[in-house]
Amino acid sequence: MPTDKTQELQTREPLGTMTEATRPGVLLTPPVDIFEDSNVITVLADMPGVQPGQLKIDLYDGVLTITGHAAAREGSNEVPIVGEYPAGTFQRSFTLSEAINQEQIRATLKHGVLSLRLPKVERAKPRQITIQTG
Amino acid sequence: MIVRQLSPWGPGWSTPTASVAQMRRDIESLIERLNGATGNGSAAGVFPPMNVSEDRDHYYVRALIPGIDASQLNVSVVHQTVTVSGVRQSSEEQGVSYHRKERAEGPFSRSVTIPAAFDGARVEAKYVDGILTLTLPKPEAAKPRRVTVQAS
Repeated sequence: MPTDKTQELQTREPLGTMTEATRPGVLLTPPVDIFEDSNVITVLADMPGVQPGQLKIDLYDGVLTITGHAAAREGSNEVPIVGEYPAGTFQRSFTLSEAINQEQIRATLKHGVLSLRLPKVERAKPRQITIQTG
Repeated sequence: MIVRQLSPWGPGWSTPTASVAQMRRDIESLIERLNGATGNGSAAGVFPPMNVSEDRDHYYVRALIPGIDASQLNVSVVHQTVTVSGVRQSSEEQGVSYHRKERAEGPFSRSVTIPAAFDGARVEAKYVDGILTLTLPKPEAAKPRRVTVQAS
């Protein structure tokens, strides 16, 4: 029905960012280093201005999401002269290929860098089965 | 005004400005991906990104330099120019395989010139949560002073 479509066109607000924003403000993508060895996956993310209380790490259904809010440090009576970076929320999601031992996840936030240690689930060791004859 | 539009992307109802709006969104998301995916630099494309602001008594310079040791950070002041330099240590691990390596590393140096003079001897520098904040006090003469008007 044409009338239904017009309603839809008028009210739909397009999302301009790659990830969905659930709070108002700028959404920033933190640069990351991700590397792994046989036992652990490590994620390092640059999130300057984020304090530990403003950091959220979510692991659900194999998708890891890191969110950190960096509040503006400027005082209320400061007048900006040069503004190259905004205050905002850092967010990034990753799909993990390996099963992670969730209880053993360790996160540290130092000097604005999040260091996330994700130990892999220990692979089941193959067990030899002796065959009885007779 | 709603018009029925036959476009390469399929027939459908749209407004005359819908294709322009869609183009704007596509370009924005492309630029976002180019800027945001690296995330290291500012719009100026240099490191570190800086914000400069002022209030009545001070100038403030804030630089985003996450993950550096304060001992590796150098701040020097000459006349009205502030220079921030240092080295972001390579955290390259051995014996691991990298999936992504986006964080910038290595030496950096950036200078910014403040629009007016400040007291170079009383500059303060603080490094908290990856943000270096420089507080540059304005000299007394630069602060607005009220002049009383005598009525004769």
